[in-house]
Amino acid sequence: AMEKSRPLWDNPLQFIFACISYAVGLGNVWRFPYLCQMYGGGGFLIPYFIMLFAEGMPLLYLELAVGQRMRQGSIGAWKIISPYLCGVGVASVVVSFFLSMYYNVINAWAFWYLFHSFQDPLPWATCPLNSNRTGYEEECEKTSSTQYFWYRQTLNISPSLEASGSVQWEQALCLTLAWLVVYLCILRGTESTGKVVYVTASLPYCVLIIYLIRGLTLHGAVNGLIYMFTPKLEQLSNPKAWISAATQIFFSLGLGFGSLIAFASYNEPSNNCERHAIIVSLINSTTSIFASIVTFSIYGFKATFNYESCIDKVILLLMNAFDLEEGSLTADNLDEMKGYLMATHPQEYAQLSPQLKNCSLEAELDTAVQGTGLAFIVYSEAIKNMEVPQLYSVLYFVMLLMLGIGSMLGNTAAILTPLTDSRVIAAHFPKEVISGVVCFINCVIGLIFTMEAGNYWFDIFNDYAATLSLLLIVLVETIAVCYIYGIRRFEKDLHTMIGRKPNWYWKVMWAFASPLLIVSLFIFYLTDYILTGTLQYQAWDATQGQLVTKDYPGYALAAIGLLVAASTMCIPLGALLTFIRKRLKRENVSTV
Amino acid sequence: VLLLTLFVVTIAHAELCKPDAQNAFKVRLSIKTALGDNAYVWDANEEYLFRAVVAFTMRKYSSKSTTRISNVLLCNVTDRVSFWFVVTDSSENVTTVPGSEVEAAIRMNRNRINSAFLLSDKTLQFLEITSTLSPPVEPSTPVWLIVFGVVLCLIVAGIVFLIVAGIQQRKKKNKESTEGENLEDKGEVTVTVENGIPCETLDLKAGHINGVFAADDERFTSL
Repeated sequence: AMEKSRPLWDNPLQFIFACISYAVGLGNVWRFPYLCQMYGGGGFLIPYFIMLFAEGMPLLYLELAVGQRMRQGSIGAWKIISPYLCGVGVASVVVSFFLSMYYNVINAWAFWYLFHSFQDPLPWATCPLNSNRTGYEEECEKTSSTQYFWYRQTLNISPSLEASGSVQWEQALCLTLAWLVVYLCILRGTESTGKVVYVTASLPYCVLIIYLIRGLTLHGAVNGLIYMFTPKLEQLSNPKAWISAATQIFFSLGLGFGSLIAFASYNEPSNNCERHAIIVSLINSTTSIFASIVTFSIYGFKATFNYESCIDKVILLLMNAFDLEEGSLTADNLDEMKGYLMATHPQEYAQLSPQLKNCSLEAELDTAVQGTGLAFIVYSEAIKNMEVPQLYSVLYFVMLLMLGIGSMLGNTAAILTPLTDSRVIAAHFPKEVISGVVCFINCVIGLIFTMEAGNYWFDIFNDYAATLSLLLIVLVETIAVCYIYGIRRFEKDLHTMIGRKPNWYWKVMWAFASPLLIVSLFIFYLTDYILTGTLQYQAWDATQGQLVTKDYPGYALAAIGLLVAASTMCIPLGALLTFIRKRLKRENVSTV
Repeated sequence: VLLLTLFVVTIAHAELCKPDAQNAFKVRLSIKTALGDNAYVWDANEEYLFRAVVAFTMRKYSSKSTTRISNVLLCNVTDRVSFWFVVTDSSENVTTVPGSEVEAAIRMNRNRINSAFLLSDKTLQFLEITSTLSPPVEPSTPVWLIVFGVVLCLIVAGIVFLIVAGIQQRKKKNKESTEGENLEDKGEVTVTVENGIPCETLDLKAGHINGVFAADDERFTSL
């Protein structure tokens, strides 16, 4: 059989950069620092690195090797391993499709913030005025200006999932732009992607270094760093810490989506994917740690700033109430002055005490935030208090864009590679048209996330679209390669490609450690979902100016079920269909 | 008699101007916060200036007003610097001007009052008199739309360029392939595939490409 030759990366560096660009994404910046904070600071690194060596590196090497060996996208590659496994490839494509649908909305938000960074003062620095100009908007008064900008002016969020509202045209524009950018990068396949990843992989590091220098020189940054790195080793006995470490490594590397298989399929067959797997996974983890140093210095700055503002407010309140001379109350003598005032004017002080908040630096540092909240609220709050905030704001959101687009390139590659590999579609349409159609469909569906209730649907997709399905997919992948394809056969293939057999570490991890870990993660999450009963979500209450917990309505739960089922059911369905097809073929042959 | 009238006058003043009196307003200054090292000391001269500025404000508000500096009474000056003041009706010094008038007058001329003391709305506070906040400057087209437009044009230009270049390349390839169709197909690089696995990978020895056979693709005779 004849086949047109496969496009290749220009050099192995493009491949490494593509993998790094894909793996190093927003999760490194907004999820790892949160986990570090929650599960014992410096001590969290212990389970993190153990999991990296137990499941991260082996599984990454496995996927890269499969892609490089089979030289096909995920559907084709698993079909070659065993015809019954075509469902695994399809499941990967479905999950990647769901991911690309909602992930690009983050890029749209990054664009929105980026475009708004060219103003002085930054729009999230101050509250807008109310209608008769006597004070600030009520909702903005109750919460902070950065939260107001995020929830009201960016998302225009509705009070609950049921109140869908209308499509926000500004967000729709930004989403369209984000998809146009992605289309531009994937238009020509590896030819264009290969050049783009040079930028998307390296630019975030430049910005992170700038932020590291800026962050470390901020007032109060040291508080955040000390808080983060003091190891609280008692957290190691908490099973959640280990599970979070395993989950983080797993999802951070982007296993199971088919993107890594797609990227590796464009490699030269003699590419040393073992070395590349080690390099990529180490760079991914060190980037996470690097990003959390930056994040924690920013946290420290923000917490110190808020703490000092709180103290100033208390001082002002006391000065105004007791008509004390300016400058008589300072942060240092505050406590003794409070005692003195309490003694000399007991009634007035008692009246005032409900308003006197106890300012605590610990409490400020303890507010752990993750996800879009960290990226868009906490960081923008810290940025608005820096000097030349416009510059830092532009740098930061450009970095977010690079990280997001880099991951999007991987996602779309996972969808497009099987499509362009399949002779049915590729023969009739050039790859520009296929990419265009995929981007267009995703963009139109993505408009759901630009509605007023869009952020709630975003959270649904973020929490449920990929989690369980990926665990199942990777589990089936590992078992397939080790036991169905056979680990000896795989060893021989690797020997042919790289020139040496994988040593016992890889084999033990592939055959025993990684599958066991995945099974335990899977069981844990299933029992967690079952035990918690109804699923709940955080809704923004405009009247109170904070998030409240609500239950998902019935149709949302149905949507969640559909999301999980759509990808997981592909695996058994694929096997069943292949089985039926073989039976029919055999019957046809026998009847003739 | 003179002493008696003075006594009566001071009592009358004390009656009119005291904390929470009718039509009286509390003023709070934060001089050190506003001016830092350049802060001036609040003394009797500053009080005189204040009374003068308030009298000016009242006169400006209603042009028929004949408020004099002596009509503005200050009391209860504290270290904070805060005090109460009240504006009395012309010469009698018995009744006070209604609070609403005073409030309206001060709101109108707030800017002038602030600049007389080198302070701002936040550092020279008239409690109970809300100030009109100045809205931020809004350009006619929002800035973000301009930046958005620029980026959008760049991206669309890039896409169009790449698509057109791709179409041209394909036209060139088609022309070449139609010319070489009668001869053996040497223009396209082909790879033989056995059982879905490319032969190349099966033939490589120990993963090293033999330099002699560098051009792998031409090794196989085309069928």
